[in-house]
Amino acid sequence: MLTGAEWAVIGLSLKVSLVAVLATLPVAYGLAWLLARRRFPGRLLLDAAVHLPLVLPPVVTGWLLLLLFGRAGPVGGWLEAQWGVGLVFRWTGAALAAAVMALPLMVRAMRLSIEAVDRRLVEAARVLGASPARAFATITLPLSAPGIAAGAVLGFARSLGEFGATITFASNIEGETRTLPLAIYTGLQLPGAEGAVARLAVIAILLSLGALLASEWLVRRSMGQRAHVL
Amino acid sequence: MSFKVRLRLAVGGRTIALDLASQARLTALVGPSGAGKTSVLNAIAGLARPREGRIAVGGTVLFDSAAGVDLAPERRRAGYVFQDLRLFPHLRVAQNLAYGERIAQPERRWAGREDLIALLGIGHLLRRWPATLSGGEARRVAIGRALLAAPDFLLLDEPTASLDPGRVEALLALVERIRDELAIPILLVSHDRAEVERLAGHVAHLP
Repeated sequence: MLTGAEWAVIGLSLKVSLVAVLATLPVAYGLAWLLARRRFPGRLLLDAAVHLPLVLPPVVTGWLLLLLFGRAGPVGGWLEAQWGVGLVFRWTGAALAAAVMALPLMVRAMRLSIEAVDRRLVEAARVLGASPARAFATITLPLSAPGIAAGAVLGFARSLGEFGATITFASNIEGETRTLPLAIYTGLQLPGAEGAVARLAVIAILLSLGALLASEWLVRRSMGQRAHVL
Repeated sequence: MSFKVRLRLAVGGRTIALDLASQARLTALVGPSGAGKTSVLNAIAGLARPREGRIAVGGTVLFDSAAGVDLAPERRRAGYVFQDLRLFPHLRVAQNLAYGERIAQPERRWAGREDLIALLGIGHLLRRWPATLSGGEARRVAIGRALLAAPDFLLLDEPTASLDPGRVEALLALVERIRDELAIPILLVSHDRAEVERLAGHVAHLP
């Protein structure tokens, strides 16, 4: 069975991923809505920027995070001075790295679900007296809810697996930033840790599989709902 | 009780012109398919912007390009029964009916919920989901939803389209009752000559 240290790794991984996804959720939905529903200058550029972490080598993403959010970076320095919040070498930094890497997947899932909401329904709501904000809250938001859930689950799975940006930006500190993938990597460097590596790998596979199945189920459910819309 | 609509409107690559002034309780807008009848309704409801012109209903100016007036759809107080109905699929019939009613100011509400549900004959449908309704049922719910939002006027887009012949008569009788009992100005889009002759006090043509 798992040792206390291994449980701690799993607990840390779940905490980092959960915080990353919950903090990213509103940002991702806002971006998804902008990209799905608004035409504005720089839209393509924003679209590309959101997707960049998907194609960039994760170590480059981690390095960019260091430049921005490191102690000497413009955002990191300000956070430290104003709020006393440090991200480097902290679990919050691991959560930030996971969030940035999960963002494109979350935006993609949510954007598809927002695009699938029939605009004619929003028009009908407006004619019935709803302000744009009310029409959004009562029509667009609930009808795209399955996409929000699917995006969150997908982002959670991606966060659990995050390695390159995390080790570059937040480092590999036991009990603080050593999440599941980092612990497996560390185990591989040590002689005699094959058992621990195997156990953690099985946990990683089970968690990822579960998240993927949940996401697939949510997408199918939303498709079914759409099918009986018309 | 009047529609005064004078506009030029872009419809699929061309521009249509309409000049309509009617004091009738029910005004019909007729023309061949593709003439832009629905686009005119959309312009009146605030869902499409005319190139230029003026739209006033019952003395309220909804759009006036010369004066820079262009009310948002939610401020036009239109009761629009779309040809494609557009019932909210995630809300039950009762919640669909209540959608606009809840937004309307209480002192503005003129349609009694119970009376209207009885008039439309939809009392037994309140717990149902829109996807489970027949075409005629869904259309009556859409009419009820529009009326409960306390509109100042009603826009009906091909209300008998896609109905069984047996259902058409019932719906026409219903429109007659709304026209006569609720005393709300109605603009009806139709391509059915008999329907128009029976219902309308004034007919406008779109070429």
